[in-house]
Amino acid sequence: MTTDSEKRGAKGEILLEMKDVEIDGFSDERWHDIVKGVDLTLRRGEVMGLIGESGAGKSTLGKAAMGYAQPGCRIKSGSIMFDGIDLMALSEADKRKLWGSRIAYVAQSAAASFNPAHRLIEQTVEATVDHGINNESDAKADAVELYGSLQLPDPESIGTRYPHQVSGGQLQRIMTAMAMSPRPDLIIFDEPTTALDVTTQVEVLVAMRDIVEKFNTAAIYITHDLAVVAQMADFIKVLRYGDEVEEAETRQMLTEPKEDYTKSLWSVRALQKEESPSDDIALSIKNVDAAYGNTVKVLHDVSINIPRGRTVSVVGESGSGKSTTARVITGLLPPMSGSIEFNGEPLPAALKDRSKDQLRRIQMIYQMADTAMNPKQTVAEIIGRPLEFYQNLRGKQRDDRIAQLLEMIELDHSFMDRLPGELSGGQKQRICIARALAADPEVIICDEVTSALDQIVQEGILKLLLRLQKELNITYLFITHDIAVVTAISDEIVVMFQGQVVEQGLKSKILAPPFPDYTQLLLSSVPEMDPDWLDKLVDERS
Amino acid sequence: MTEEPQTYSAAGEVGQVRMRRSYGERVWIALKKAPISAWFGMIVIAFYAFVAIFGPFLAPYGEAEVFAKADEPWTVFGGDPAHFFGTDQIGRDVLTRLIYGARNTIGIALVTTLLSFLIGGSLGLVAAINRSWLDQILSRGVDVLMSIPSLIFALMLLSIFGSSIPSLVMIIAILDSTRVFRLTRSVAANVVVMDYVEAARLRGEGIGWIMRKEILPNIMPPLVAEFGLRFSFVFLTIASLSFLGLGIQPPTADWGSMVRDGSRFIQFVAYDWTLALPSLLPAGAVALLTVAVNFVVDWFLHKTSGLRDDH
Repeated sequence: MTTDSEKRGAKGEILLEMKDVEIDGFSDERWHDIVKGVDLTLRRGEVMGLIGESGAGKSTLGKAAMGYAQPGCRIKSGSIMFDGIDLMALSEADKRKLWGSRIAYVAQSAAASFNPAHRLIEQTVEATVDHGINNESDAKADAVELYGSLQLPDPESIGTRYPHQVSGGQLQRIMTAMAMSPRPDLIIFDEPTTALDVTTQVEVLVAMRDIVEKFNTAAIYITHDLAVVAQMADFIKVLRYGDEVEEAETRQMLTEPKEDYTKSLWSVRALQKEESPSDDIALSIKNVDAAYGNTVKVLHDVSINIPRGRTVSVVGESGSGKSTTARVITGLLPPMSGSIEFNGEPLPAALKDRSKDQLRRIQMIYQMADTAMNPKQTVAEIIGRPLEFYQNLRGKQRDDRIAQLLEMIELDHSFMDRLPGELSGGQKQRICIARALAADPEVIICDEVTSALDQIVQEGILKLLLRLQKELNITYLFITHDIAVVTAISDEIVVMFQGQVVEQGLKSKILAPPFPDYTQLLLSSVPEMDPDWLDKLVDERS
Repeated sequence: MTEEPQTYSAAGEVGQVRMRRSYGERVWIALKKAPISAWFGMIVIAFYAFVAIFGPFLAPYGEAEVFAKADEPWTVFGGDPAHFFGTDQIGRDVLTRLIYGARNTIGIALVTTLLSFLIGGSLGLVAAINRSWLDQILSRGVDVLMSIPSLIFALMLLSIFGSSIPSLVMIIAILDSTRVFRLTRSVAANVVVMDYVEAARLRGEGIGWIMRKEILPNIMPPLVAEFGLRFSFVFLTIASLSFLGLGIQPPTADWGSMVRDGSRFIQFVAYDWTLALPSLLPAGAVALLTVAVNFVVDWFLHKTSGLRDDH
């Protein structure tokens, strides 16, 4: 590792040096190690990418760089030197003086991090004024300038708005302005774009990168998305299970990763499904208009055909009507006009008018497996209920079928009496898949099923879904905003924008030029593993 | 180092997976960490429960047995050694009345609270799931009931329907169920929007299943805590109604009416302070139980409010 750091050369003096840092977390009445002795060196003006799957300890390490351990955690040993100050020896009060003045933190969910009762500009300058770095009027003038350089619309007045009055992407940029306001030496970005959709993500990435460059601020960028980190970071550190896997310069890491684990991190992008056309339509929706509360119209004349045994992916940014389409198909939101046909027969619009058998044939898998399972029910109860309900299986028959289903999703029967809280993210999603399979469905609607998962787990889930499709001839309607997932799983693609279908057709046709404007924007916004991708994109668009 | 990138197994997938513990183990861990106030509360409650259940075996005399000497002082103040806490104004043994009073007052309060949770809880769940005209009717009805001062309303209803134990239980249960309704409705409303409830609906489950199996287990902690508090309130309401003469009727022993019976001596306390004891004894019994229940509820609320217990 030292050779790598030396090669990086002196972009500046060493700002942050962490040596052999070990961090413990307390749970289940015991201390577990979360970070097991990691070294980290950061120089002024450098951006380091920290990547790894969830539970790798990357956020914990990022927070430790500020000398902070979240409640329930403790920094057990190691040294953390920030610009000659030993953070380990500093009192809480002294650390607080550093935070928000010399070290700033940008959290994942900007919406949850702003106080909804105060205007944005007050919150932007709060730390700066409190720490006495600048007086209020100067700080506000500076904030307006920062808004401008972050490409926010109407920088003069956007600060007078409240958090709910701006979009998620704008909020994330205002949070960056807040972090930048005291001109810190170090900013820690903790998954700042994970909650944003691709088209917004690009704007935020450009803004963050430029401003960090402009003020020569050092930054630690935490994410699980390699393509994003490739745009931002000068060098990348890969973590796993609290240990360092490898560290290298961004280009080197992307072209010749040393460790198998690092390679596997982007193997999902290599997954590809052979498309195969089919005319046997299992489910089709025709000219559907839908609205919430009969006032806000969200779907305009949407028609989609879903062939049997194939995967149709619906792509689009948030608010494009993807999930609403799913709600119309499931009957949760009866459409204002238009019809749904299932196996050539009309399907009643409202959930309560559908027969048990119709309900059984269309199943749904949700984005957040955490909230899709009742936390008080065991795996056997969760999977067993559809068996009891639809097929009237009881006792041993039921248990045998549960074990069989668990086998299909590559888990064993020892999982039967676990509660959802005792499963990992990927396992939870698998149980949700098993619950859908238990109904013996023809169509499964997958609503962003992989977007909350890490790359490597994502790959496992996608492979499983593909295998099940082959074995059981299941039809998928796959809702996603991730183009990598789309290429991996779909036969046909539907592009949606503002409640309308922009394009629809076989994958090879949609993903090949010429593109309609929106498809072009969507496709070009998907980060690529090329460190120059963002620069090229900005050039192209300007 | 082979060509193949890392083999992946779903079953072996790690992460911060919580350890599997049986229900008993979890309860034991929670008890071990309970503060001393909670332990005090639990011991007091256990003692009351014991007295209430085994009252007839513990009490030295019959519930309404009358002895020759009325207003006998405590044994320690020179009274008859046969009556440890003395006798009341018509010569009944105070200790016996106190023990039977525990049985009656606590028993009736418990039944009333259970009933109010049954009514308020199920209506609250229905309102939270339905969220349409039914919710409106129920919620506005509850608003109307709550706008009338409950003690005065209870007094009025009791004089209409007569102060029998069944009508006492029903009236207090219904009046109290308004609070339970509001709580249940608001906590259930947060659970109703979860994906797993939607999944159950998509499966075609009926409202009964969704209420019992999907929502109820997830709103139990606030309801249990509320149960403890409501029990205290019901208990106090019954005692105060009895004190006012409209609660539990003689000769059934109960703490509220014991306080009332003893209260006629209060004006003489300036001359002989031991005269306050006949009312202070049952009043103290009420106070101690209320405090004990609240200690336990406080601890339970603190524990279930997620104040960093398992992170």
